[in-house]
Amino acid sequence: MPSLKDLRNRIASVKATRKITKAMQMVAAAKLRRAQEAATAARPYAERMDKVLGNLNARANREGASALLVGNGKDQVHLLVVMTAERGLCGGFNTNIAKLARADAQRLVASGKTVKIMTVGRKGADNLRRDLGKNIVERVDLRGVRQVGFANADEIGQKLIAMFEAGEFDVATLYFAEFKSVIAQKPTALQLIPAKLPEAAAGDGKKAEAGAVYEYEPEEDKILGYLLKRNITTQLFRGLLENAASEQGARMSAMDSATRNAGEMINKLTIKYNRQRQANITKELIEIISGAEAL
Amino acid sequence: MAGTFKFELVSPERILISGDAEQAVLPGSEGQMTIFAGHAPVVTTLRPGMIEVAIGGASKKIFVKSGFAEIDAERVTVLAEKAYEAGELDAARVAEELRTAEAELADAKDDEAMLMAASAVEQLRALGGKAA
Repeated sequence: MPSLKDLRNRIASVKATRKITKAMQMVAAAKLRRAQEAATAARPYAERMDKVLGNLNARANREGASALLVGNGKDQVHLLVVMTAERGLCGGFNTNIAKLARADAQRLVASGKTVKIMTVGRKGADNLRRDLGKNIVERVDLRGVRQVGFANADEIGQKLIAMFEAGEFDVATLYFAEFKSVIAQKPTALQLIPAKLPEAAAGDGKKAEAGAVYEYEPEEDKILGYLLKRNITTQLFRGLLENAASEQGARMSAMDSATRNAGEMINKLTIKYNRQRQANITKELIEIISGAEAL
Repeated sequence: MAGTFKFELVSPERILISGDAEQAVLPGSEGQMTIFAGHAPVVTTLRPGMIEVAIGGASKKIFVKSGFAEIDAERVTVLAEKAYEAGELDAARVAEELRTAEAELADAKDDEAMLMAASAVEQLRALGGKAA
């Protein structure tokens, strides 16, 4: 049976924890709003990009097309770009992304492919290091970055393209958590290279028509080559932003339930404390009364 | 004049300009182009340079560092990788951009990259002169 002092200490410590989780929840809520705004602001660019790429894709000559679009004909070396947070305490956020990437990595290894991993964010590297440590070829650290910008995505994009051109991998896939809502973040895999483009021509008469009238300056293949590189960066940027929003959302709900659990624990401990105190008083009273009766 | 068209300048991080414009000058990769309403549909890449757009009588100048534009009869959409309004550009920022552009010029691998970087340097030098 813990003494009264022990109980008092525990109550105080749980209360302090609750204050911290409460504060973290509120910080996450504020950051979430900013992250969501950033994600919304980035959407028009990505949409236009998709549209133009779709149009180009429908018209461009596939034979001479860039390897970024049609692949380099091989399917041997896979690069998994795993985006996670820099910090923990956000529920299953980091674990879920890592789990998805790990499952895919194991499936690829089992079918005889070579797997390389590039981690963006410290938590992913920590999580995958134990069993896939030797596969991690590159780590990008965004710890010092407060608000992810296009420049961060560009840096990763340049690295990816350089690696692809040096023939270090054949297929690249991006792993990140898509932001569905504050309580739901869906770990997602997105193939970056060869690019998966929206098929504008397939069965969509209106889009194909709109695409048919454009003139291209310089010629289509050149624009397509340029845009494909841009597109990788745009996709990475989107991944970063979605991840940032998801991370804050996950942290918010994790901290919300932590705060609630702390509250419940405090209630339980307080009842226990009061009972104990009352028991002590009763015991003392009995001692006094029986002492008085004995006289 | 054929009236106005919808002009949008979008960078990955935000929409910089959105409005009805009478005229826009874009630094196309194959030459400067002036656009009025009713332009033939074109998709073009941009080289570093100034975009000048006339919206509601006022003219706005924006420096863009590469990107591309989608033009048709009633709308122009510019997707710029990096864009600064002329007012946002101060000497420090110009100097910084100039440094990156010069570095790019130094290690440009092919003619095209060299051309892009050279035109960035040239544009920024001109700007730097103004800002300083």
